[in-house]
Amino acid sequence: MDAVSVDRGKALLERLAQIIHANAAYLSELDGAVGDGDHGINMDKGFGKALERTAEGATLAVALRTLGNTLLTEIGGAMGPLYGSFFLEMAAACDNRAEVDTATFRAMLEAALAVVQDLGSAKVGDKTLLDTLVPAIEAYRAAHEAGASFAECLAQMRSAAERGKESTRDLVAKIGRASRLGERSRGHLDAGATSCFLILSTFAEFFSQHLQAS
Amino acid sequence: MQRIINDPNRVVDDMLKGFVQAHADLVAPTDNPRVLRYVKAPVAGKVGIVTGGGSGHKPAFIGYIGRNMCDAVAVGEIFTSPAAQAFYDAFKAANGGAGVACLYGNYAGDNMNVKLARRMAEADGITVKTVVANDDVPSAPKEEREKRRGVAGEVLMWKVGGAKAALGGTLDEVIAAAQKAIDNTRSIGVGLTPCTIPAVGKPNFTIEAGKMEMGIGHHGEPGIQVMDLRPADEIAQMMLDIILPDLPFNSGDEVVVLISGLGATPVMELYILYNKVAQILAAQGIRIYRPYVGNYFTSLEMMGATVTVMKLDDELKPLIDLEAECMGLRQFGRG
Repeated sequence: MDAVSVDRGKALLERLAQIIHANAAYLSELDGAVGDGDHGINMDKGFGKALERTAEGATLAVALRTLGNTLLTEIGGAMGPLYGSFFLEMAAACDNRAEVDTATFRAMLEAALAVVQDLGSAKVGDKTLLDTLVPAIEAYRAAHEAGASFAECLAQMRSAAERGKESTRDLVAKIGRASRLGERSRGHLDAGATSCFLILSTFAEFFSQHLQAS
Repeated sequence: MQRIINDPNRVVDDMLKGFVQAHADLVAPTDNPRVLRYVKAPVAGKVGIVTGGGSGHKPAFIGYIGRNMCDAVAVGEIFTSPAAQAFYDAFKAANGGAGVACLYGNYAGDNMNVKLARRMAEADGITVKTVVANDDVPSAPKEEREKRRGVAGEVLMWKVGGAKAALGGTLDEVIAAAQKAIDNTRSIGVGLTPCTIPAVGKPNFTIEAGKMEMGIGHHGEPGIQVMDLRPADEIAQMMLDIILPDLPFNSGDEVVVLISGLGATPVMELYILYNKVAQILAAQGIRIYRPYVGNYFTSLEMMGATVTVMKLDDELKPLIDLEAECMGLRQFGRG
């Protein structure tokens, strides 16, 4: 069975912060088309702060907990509580592990999904980050149950996340600020669904790169 | 971008530093740099009044901290809900042992952060109840009122809730009064220009020269119609034609009218708008009991205005009339 050592927390956070930073203007532009245009700025601020606070050699759980706490306590907006809780639950699901394997990452994803669903009232099809997250986790779960390798599960998750993100272009927003636009939100990617894709694809890429036989 | 700022990423922090110095008679900082409190808060035995929201709406939200108004306010980034931690710290700063009424506007971020903060406060034994303002008529149809945004009507909700708490109301009484205040209130905005979040550096929506957007939101959320800019009297008529039938307001009603600029419209023009609003209401037999005209709830440097009408009854009148002192509103007893 293949797995990723948990001592690469800082490196993972660096990669996540890089991706968010590189896409900050793009995410704000997506948000600006249907919302208030602050998504990228605030995410970038939160990920950057969390990275500064994470020590070299931090475990995945410590790094993800720092990220979650920073987003939850300092960033605000809708994405602060959603992604803050998302990363805190991910951290809790890999606490005290020596490595993250296929089953552990599945538990991390499922815990993250559960808290996001509890906090908001969105469903798949409402043009939110759930349109990325739900199919991504379903694809990962299906691959896991079919006995696929960790790398294959991650690849399936990434593809489904991308399709899910793209699906929001043709959806009409039902939740959050964009929902006030109704039909006029159609034709724009959802910023939350897009940032969720960036985060999941970064996990997939990072874990695939650092897989080791255990 | 023509703005008087230092670092676009630090406008909120820089603004707060100036605000607490300029209004040291009314507000005090707390351990959380994103929470300000009334200098006398918490008042033992009084229900604490808390609100919070994104920055860029001056005087809202911190401008309504003061005597017979809000006890503590959670401050967010520009147009961004305060973090859950800020709402929680505001609850603690306002709690005088009689519970906390959190009176805020209906936005997804605020709803989630208040929900998390309430859970944190409950674990500490602080009772928090909420009223969620949804006075913005164009933001959703009447049958989906729970989806409507909160806009300038929030000022009247804080006025009523703050007064009820100051007069010794219990938490349930304060909540009931604030809920009635917002249930009796309808608002609409019109935008003439977009606004720019300093850290973004350019407007994220456009309103063409010579056009106006009827029903625009406090963060530039699209309205119901973009049309040619009309004279003030026609704008007033259009706005009232949308909000008056929604309650509906009827002949014989007594109302508060609040006209707020959105930031860049000269106050002079708000009076031009008010003149026609008053005339239309008079013609319909609706009596203006108390008007407020000025910049009460803005959207950075957007040009435009909001019109808010609140139907009064015997409970709401004395609460609206109670003296109040805060940066956004100074009101003396009805003589």
